[in-house]
Amino acid sequence: MKLTKLQLEMLEGKHGYATQKSMEILSALGEIFEAEKMVPVTSVQIAGVSYANLGEPGLDWLAQMAKDGRVRVLTTLNPAGMDLENWRVLGIDPEFAKNQERVINAFAKMGIITTCTCTPYLVGNLPHYGEHIAWAESSAVCFANSVIGAKTNREGGPSALAAALTGYTPEYGYHLDKNRQAHVAIKVKAPITGTAQFGTLGKVIGDILDSKVEWTIPYITGIPNANTDELKAFCASIATYGGTALFHMDGITPNKMQAPKETLTITENDLARAEQELNEEDAKIDFVSIGCPHASLREIRRIAELVEGKHVKKETWITTARPTKQVADKMGYTKIIEATGIKFACDTCCVVAPIKGRFTGLCTDSAKGCYYGQGRNKFQIKHCSLEECLEEAFVK
Amino acid sequence: MTTKITGRKIAPGTTTGEALVTSQSLSFYGGVDPETGVVVEKGHELEGQSITGKVLVFPSGKGSTVGSYVLYQLAKTGKGPVAIINQQTETIVAVGCIISDIPAIDKVPIDKIKTGQKIHVDATNGVLELR
Repeated sequence: MKLTKLQLEMLEGKHGYATQKSMEILSALGEIFEAEKMVPVTSVQIAGVSYANLGEPGLDWLAQMAKDGRVRVLTTLNPAGMDLENWRVLGIDPEFAKNQERVINAFAKMGIITTCTCTPYLVGNLPHYGEHIAWAESSAVCFANSVIGAKTNREGGPSALAAALTGYTPEYGYHLDKNRQAHVAIKVKAPITGTAQFGTLGKVIGDILDSKVEWTIPYITGIPNANTDELKAFCASIATYGGTALFHMDGITPNKMQAPKETLTITENDLARAEQELNEEDAKIDFVSIGCPHASLREIRRIAELVEGKHVKKETWITTARPTKQVADKMGYTKIIEATGIKFACDTCCVVAPIKGRFTGLCTDSAKGCYYGQGRNKFQIKHCSLEECLEEAFVK
Repeated sequence: MTTKITGRKIAPGTTTGEALVTSQSLSFYGGVDPETGVVVEKGHELEGQSITGKVLVFPSGKGSTVGSYVLYQLAKTGKGPVAIINQQTETIVAVGCIISDIPAIDKVPIDKIKTGQKIHVDATNGVLELR
């Protein structure tokens, strides 16, 4: 791989320890994936923020990097293991809270914007079509590549941080147009509406892609329209079940791709089967969670309309980005929602928060939430629409 | 007699140690106890064995990217392998070795290496010597 004078200086340590370690990571990845050069990136999203996942070694490494590392581009963070302000109300252990704060402080010291959200594109980290970026967080990677048309590989925590501290990423994979062409056409012959149904569709297509190594990018037809919330739900689900980083949705997403000849058709039967797989029969629900990926203003406004004047009978969380909640506060949505007993959990989500053992059954509109609720937290699962989730919250 | 094998440098450094070989890929997050260095993945060929101080030889890494931090913790506490040799290194192991200063080489025909063999690893130049 060819490095420029500046990149070589970084590698030799002339720009400090953190920059050197970062360039070592990036040039090794470049060699492994046979990149010819580095490309400048304009935006970074870092995952691996929850202390539950990082542990003391991860934190130790971040602290080392924070000694002299400073980000060179706009950089935001994935959800942490707790609401950074309201953690006591949400039942987080004070010891965990202390450690989570140490993680956030290390990131802040490097100049990273500590938004702590999986939807950076909703709160100001929004690249444009064709831009090279280095994002971690599988749902955001899929959204950035597919819905926005920016270019990123699926980064891990350290490689994303390395890109932020140097401003570069090796040019391989999804940074190259030749690797952004569809492999299989998928025709959807069923009406799809709402975040839950788009999530189920993501599971159906994700499962198909997961079954054949050569199929990584689908060319999807038959979806007449989808709003941003539905697309974020779809991205989260297809990335979870299929490891998908890029799809084309005809008439909706901007990338220019040839439709492959090989075509599969998805019918209502396929969707019904996937829905059955997501749901556990007679699941005992004691926890309702909305906001995976983080709830948007539109979703929060809709919830406020649906719940005004009622009182929840089950623990119910809305997970969202703090900037989104601050607008909801200003508009009065928060007051209406919190008066019902529903809690907001900002900066965190049900995938990374330490909630294992606290609940028996999870009801959510998120197909991604189902996967982690079942696997990581061993919850019984009910998957349904936003409206049905709220109905569940109001019955004993 | 020594056999020389040339591979590709992943993370620099030189060391000598005893080989611990598996034909199965390895996940460090969830697959290796970060406090003891013992492989805990159920049904894995190396289950119950310690990777501490070994030249660890396996085809490729797998699993969560958090695995890089597990390698770092092992190295920090002296429970890590002294070097890693892969058929094809992927991101998790590459990043883990770089942040932990564990010498690593890939593109090596790992079936030529047997557990217990003494290996000199010159990762900086991408060369192994089996003794």
